Amino acid sequence: MYIYILKRIFSLVPVLFVVSIVAFLLIYLTPGDPVSVMLGQEATAEQIEALREQMGFNDPLYLQYFHWLINVLQGNLGDSYFMHMPVTTAIVEHLGPTLSIAVLAELIAILIALPVGILAAKHRGSLMDQFVMGFTLTGMAIPSFLFGLILMLVLGVKLGWLPVAGYQPLSTGFWNYLQYLLMPGLALGIIQSALIARMTRSSMLEVLNADFIKTARSKGVKERSIIYVHALRNALLPIITVVGQTFGLLLAGAVVIETIFNIPGIGQLVLNSIQSRDYAVIQGVILMVAFFYVIINLVIDLLYMLIDPRVGY
Amino acid sequence: MEQPLLEINNLKTHFKTERGRVTAVDGISFSVEKGEILGVVGESGCGKSVTAQSILRLFDEKYTASYEGEIKLQGENLLQLSKAEMEKIRGNEVSMIFQDPLSSLNPVFTIGYQLMETIRIHQNRTKKQARQMAIDLLRMTGIPSPEKRVSEYPHQLSGGMRQRVMIAMALACKPKLLIADEPTTALDVTIQAQILDLMLELNEELGMAVVFITHDLGVVAEVCTRVVVMYLGQVVEEANVEELFTTPLHPYTKGLMKAIPQMDGDRSQKLNVIGGTVPALNAIPSGCRFASRCEFANDLCKEKAPDLQVHEGNHKVRCWHYAEISNKEAARHA
Amino acid sequence: MNVVEVNVNPKRVKHDLKKQERSLLLRRFLSNKLMVTGSIIIVLLLLLAILGPKLTPFDPYEMVVKERLEAPSSHHLLGTDNFGRDLLTRIIYGAKVSMWVGFASALLSSIIGLAIGLTASYYRYLDNILMRICDGLLAFPAILFAIALMAVLGAKTENVIIALTIVFSPEVARIVRSRALVVREETYIEAIRSQGASAARIIWKHIAPNTISPLLVKATFVFSEAVIVEATLSFLGAGVPAPDPSWGNILSDGKDVIYTAWWMTVFPGLFIILSVLGLNLLGDGLRDLIDPQSSTK
Repeated sequence: MYIYILKRIFSLVPVLFVVSIVAFLLIYLTPGDPVSVMLGQEATAEQIEALREQMGFNDPLYLQYFHWLINVLQGNLGDSYFMHMPVTTAIVEHLGPTLSIAVLAELIAILIALPVGILAAKHRGSLMDQFVMGFTLTGMAIPSFLFGLILMLVLGVKLGWLPVAGYQPLSTGFWNYLQYLLMPGLALGIIQSALIARMTRSSMLEVLNADFIKTARSKGVKERSIIYVHALRNALLPIITVVGQTFGLLLAGAVVIETIFNIPGIGQLVLNSIQSRDYAVIQGVILMVAFFYVIINLVIDLLYMLIDPRVGY
Repeated sequence: MEQPLLEINNLKTHFKTERGRVTAVDGISFSVEKGEILGVVGESGCGKSVTAQSILRLFDEKYTASYEGEIKLQGENLLQLSKAEMEKIRGNEVSMIFQDPLSSLNPVFTIGYQLMETIRIHQNRTKKQARQMAIDLLRMTGIPSPEKRVSEYPHQLSGGMRQRVMIAMALACKPKLLIADEPTTALDVTIQAQILDLMLELNEELGMAVVFITHDLGVVAEVCTRVVVMYLGQVVEEANVEELFTTPLHPYTKGLMKAIPQMDGDRSQKLNVIGGTVPALNAIPSGCRFASRCEFANDLCKEKAPDLQVHEGNHKVRCWHYAEISNKEAARHA
Repeated sequence: MNVVEVNVNPKRVKHDLKKQERSLLLRRFLSNKLMVTGSIIIVLLLLLAILGPKLTPFDPYEMVVKERLEAPSSHHLLGTDNFGRDLLTRIIYGAKVSMWVGFASALLSSIIGLAIGLTASYYRYLDNILMRICDGLLAFPAILFAIALMAVLGAKTENVIIALTIVFSPEVARIVRSRALVVREETYIEAIRSQGASAARIIWKHIAPNTISPLLVKATFVFSEAVIVEATLSFLGAGVPAPDPSWGNILSDGKDVIYTAWWMTVFPGLFIILSVLGLNLLGDGLRDLIDPQSSTK
């Protein structure tokens, strides 16, 4: 079992290697010289040369990558040229709201998707099932930022239930903190729940067709425990995978949606950096999110071992 | 005469499908006496499995399946019981084992958990007592070191072992009737023999009746006392096992018999194969259901469906001219 | 048992079979109401994108200051935007952009994904490298990756297509590869190889055609995903540059006036939802046609 865990961790190395190369090379996709693009048209040749030297652009590419990687491995993602601070600091300062939204959205998504998916599978073909399928189809067709706008229009502008923009940190009180996050959280979470509900339904349907469900029924197990004990425990595996994978999507979604609600998170950092051509920040953010994604998937794989006794042997 | 343990009268099982309603079991009647082993044989798709699962009402009655007729267990019609009452019957009075022991056990729970679950549903036992009972059951079904096995998962056991676990689970509450749906089909030949022996032993020891569903006439000859032959959702012949093997009456049964390889027979002779294919359930012929594959069929067979009629004692057959056919065959051999 | 010898023209049989297969596919298509609905939505949107610009009397760029933010009326069916431009006209031209970006990204990532997937499936030594690269690229969430790519490439319609192609090609490659790996193991490929067919011939003539159906399904989903991502990018100002009309741009303009002009959010939003829904229905339906087993899910 420990060998399995080690193997699984080791398998991340090539993926992370590719991730780092992609993030590193990102800057070189800029049409023209990234340094002169960063400095703008008024920059003098000396300024450009100075920055080139400072950023190590005059070294051969592999050496640049090597230096960069060493720094990244030490937690140093370079400096923001525009904000005059380390990228790591900038990211940490903006991470709170984004993570809060992603976590809240994940909770909302799971709370909606699990019961809805299970119910649809249990009453397959019924009106309720069709309703759930309609919900998942529509949900998957709406971009989360659009749903955010719609919620803003209805809950914020028309009904005035929730504040339409802004952010209050947790230190100002839990309700204060929550009410600003609720709309973006709902927007992301409800949209995400469509995918998870669909997955839950199909996974439950598959398990409910399995022979061991018939066995359980034949020995007198109550319908309730057939669904919630025998079937759900098996159906959970693919559901957990989706939940894990969508956490990456939710992080990315949070980045987008917070720009609608004027929340000072990673999204705002990214948009500002795009405007100021602060490539190091963009590079840092994308590297961090990919790293999150990889680690979450690792955690999920390890979680599998707790749920499915077949894994790890 | 004593009341039979199980009496099925004119049972019909319908399924809703995308292409309309299909009747997989169409007017089955037979009974099972206390302590006997009744074989139900037929090709795949003849409805024998559906019959087995209908006895316990395992199909989803809310959306797909519906039943007609009577299934009387000691005089009580199971089809009229509520859901909760039915749950008390299942695994307690009547239990079931399935064809594929690989997929019939829940992969994410230990053997012990699954055994103890059955015990604790129907009997008021503490966890500790149930665990001891589970170990005893595993020992009874011939599983070595049951104390260790009880905390293992299904995937850690071999196929034969898993089927023993299934049997242990089915016997947990000492049921009066065990329904075995092709219990040995998925197993190796040597394991098959072991499992059959075990079932015979337990049948004798515990005095429980068994409905043994199979497509293997060899197995029927070995374990059953009486046999029901099914074809396309109906019973076509019913007889004691010796009688069925010595004087099969229905052309279909005769065909099945000829399809068994004979150890002592002439091996150069080709095995008989029943020609043609089974009609689909949604295109059942109006006459005799076997007519399209029967070499003796005439216009009467194609127009009118025969009833199950008594030949002698408890030997029944569903054929218009089984008597002529038997005479003809006798003449041919003479 | 009797063996029946039948004398038939094999070519004829093949032809009849094909015809039968085709009519079966057609029947299955028509019986799938959702798929028919999806197809109709997409055809209408395509027609709108192609013919719409000729039908509307308005110019998508012309700003009429005194007609700013007019609510829907008989003159401006869907109202006007904050620059006094006719919203319906902007949406129609936006359909053209969205459909074009979606289609082009789906096509390009299909071609690149197909090439990578087939290469990986056939040359084992490349497989590991190519698939690790795909894994790495897939570790970036699609939207964020696209934003980062657009940040360095610069906001431009062609760049959106390039970015989306980079983002979606690895997904296509994985699907093609897994299907190709199955085909590769089939006996007839072994037989052809033993007869000395060249690798290129085996890949393109025998393996590639078998990967077309899953590829087509995936391409449909890439199309719909691309519509969403393009709208998101444009909304953030990192996609189709203003003043070019795109659904995302219109929503972005609409966000600033969400208190007064609900129509600027609702109508382009509806068009996005409709087009993605139509494509998803089409994709689901195609998958069911190809693999009826999965239709129950």
